[in-house]
Amino acid sequence: MSEAASNPPAATARSSELWRSLRRLLREPLGLFGLGLVLLVIFGAIFADFLTQWDPTRINPRDRFLGPSGEHLMGTDQLGRDLFSRVLHGGRIALYVALVSTAVSLAIGIVLGLIAGYGPRWLDNLMILLFDAMKSFPTVMLALALVTIMGPSLTAVMVVVVLVNVPGYARIVRTQTIAIKSSEFVTAAQSMGASTTRILGVHIMPNVIGPLVILASMDIPVVIAIEAGMSFLGLGVRPPTPSWGSILNDGFAQIRETPWIAIAGGVPIIITTLGFTFLGETLRDVFDPRLKGR
Amino acid sequence: MLNYAVKRLGLAVAIVSLAMFLLFCMIYLVPGDPASVALGPRATDAMKEALRIKMGLDQPIWVQFWHFFTGAWTGDLGEEVLSGRPVLDVVLEQLPFTLVLIAGGISWSVALGIPLGCWAAINRGSFADRLVGVLSVAVIAVPSFVIAIYALLIFAVTLQWLPAIGAGEPGDPGDQLVHLILPSLAVGLGWVGYIARMVRASMLEVLEASHIRTARAFGLPENMITYRYALTIAILPTITLLGVGIGQMLSSAVFAEIVFARPGVGKLVYDAILTRNFPVVTGAVLVTTVIFVLLNLVADLIVGALDPRVRSSF
Repeated sequence: MSEAASNPPAATARSSELWRSLRRLLREPLGLFGLGLVLLVIFGAIFADFLTQWDPTRINPRDRFLGPSGEHLMGTDQLGRDLFSRVLHGGRIALYVALVSTAVSLAIGIVLGLIAGYGPRWLDNLMILLFDAMKSFPTVMLALALVTIMGPSLTAVMVVVVLVNVPGYARIVRTQTIAIKSSEFVTAAQSMGASTTRILGVHIMPNVIGPLVILASMDIPVVIAIEAGMSFLGLGVRPPTPSWGSILNDGFAQIRETPWIAIAGGVPIIITTLGFTFLGETLRDVFDPRLKGR
Repeated sequence: MLNYAVKRLGLAVAIVSLAMFLLFCMIYLVPGDPASVALGPRATDAMKEALRIKMGLDQPIWVQFWHFFTGAWTGDLGEEVLSGRPVLDVVLEQLPFTLVLIAGGISWSVALGIPLGCWAAINRGSFADRLVGVLSVAVIAVPSFVIAIYALLIFAVTLQWLPAIGAGEPGDPGDQLVHLILPSLAVGLGWVGYIARMVRASMLEVLEASHIRTARAFGLPENMITYRYALTIAILPTITLLGVGIGQMLSSAVFAEIVFARPGVGKLVYDAILTRNFPVVTGAVLVTTVIFVLLNLVADLIVGALDPRVRSSF
């Protein structure tokens, strides 16, 4: 007999609760707007090859600095590359960095947080100090220092994101772990001789992961801003790979003569960060009102 | 209070020490040889070896760490690769420009954020409240370098109302102020949102408090209740927020300095990376980190002095 069938009332209650939350999300105009923007960006990134005939990296010297037209929807840049195509493909980079580095940050944050919350007191104090020290570097300064050593690359961007995100996630997991570890079901598991790994993995982790995932989804605009910002400074994605930040940098160099390049680089960053933020704020209010205002 | 201050100061020292350790680990344990990085790809092995000895990279790692650590605490951050000037002097020379920029950012965020938050709290649930809420979230979400470039494009390039580059003529405060408007807006706009949200939330809390009800019962004018009795208390959490905020504004300031070609620590580090001036990068990171930790310390001490509950729970 499956677990869901052995306990049908609870399972039904859970899924109907999820449905109620989703319906409430769709009733919130701001959440719906955010969802629309996010879907637009995802759609553009996935179907980039079908939405435009232009290759994002093909240099075409005769078509340099063309303004927006029917043929080139957003114009072309200083190398004659189609900007619309570069913007769509830049979305792939942004979403890839956001997903991978958020997942890695979550994994590391959960492990460190569980250790700090469940481990001995001295280890907890030491790790809190470590998290505070990591958080005390201003983000851009940390990024600049790291790139000086590692050299500019997509990996460097992701390392920066992980270093910036992990301390916050680990602190939340730690607080939740401490709150849960003295509750009755954990004491019961301990007295039945469950191993530490089992207690952490089966009993504590499922209880801390929900609010953490919501908070992590709210950090996605920050991650996208870090990628775009580092690429804007020429310290992230290497040319000719398209990134919104590097398009913005190309446009910045020519801002007086050909402003459409800077506009093409900035608009997708604004759409994406606004979309994820509106969606994240609404999701948080709908699923977990306790987190409101964080 | 003294007990709290000493403990909090001890924590700050521990955090800075650990941050130095982490920075050291980053520099020396991440693959890549600082000497090769500093000299570039065309350097000969003999040149690299000479620089390695000069930088002390031939010594055992704990000796290197001890030198770095004691040097950093006594203000010796090494020498600039090209000119041989002490790094601390180079960084401190640029620091005032950045601090002025951040002060400008704070002015924007306080001048716009506090009235907006107040207004939203008084008109709770109205259209104005919702509008302020959405706008706050929006300005927080959009990265500051996008705001910087669009502000440059709109106000300096298209409308030509304000200058686009530089920090203004030295010795001409009026000119410097005009040059400060756009960059500081880019630095502070996001914080308008944070402060408006914070002030709104704490205003709503304070307006429910019993001393406000008493003031109403005595028939004091509503404006006096709002600004004299509620806002003065509701503003307290904003102080802590600003302590954290200045650190983040430091990040935005790097972008603003580069976009508006202003002197400052951000521009210094950026140029140092392009010219492989490695000690300047670490030195500037350390100095800004210490400032960030100090500001948090000051913010905590101010709140601790104002609110006994914070002191006792530490």
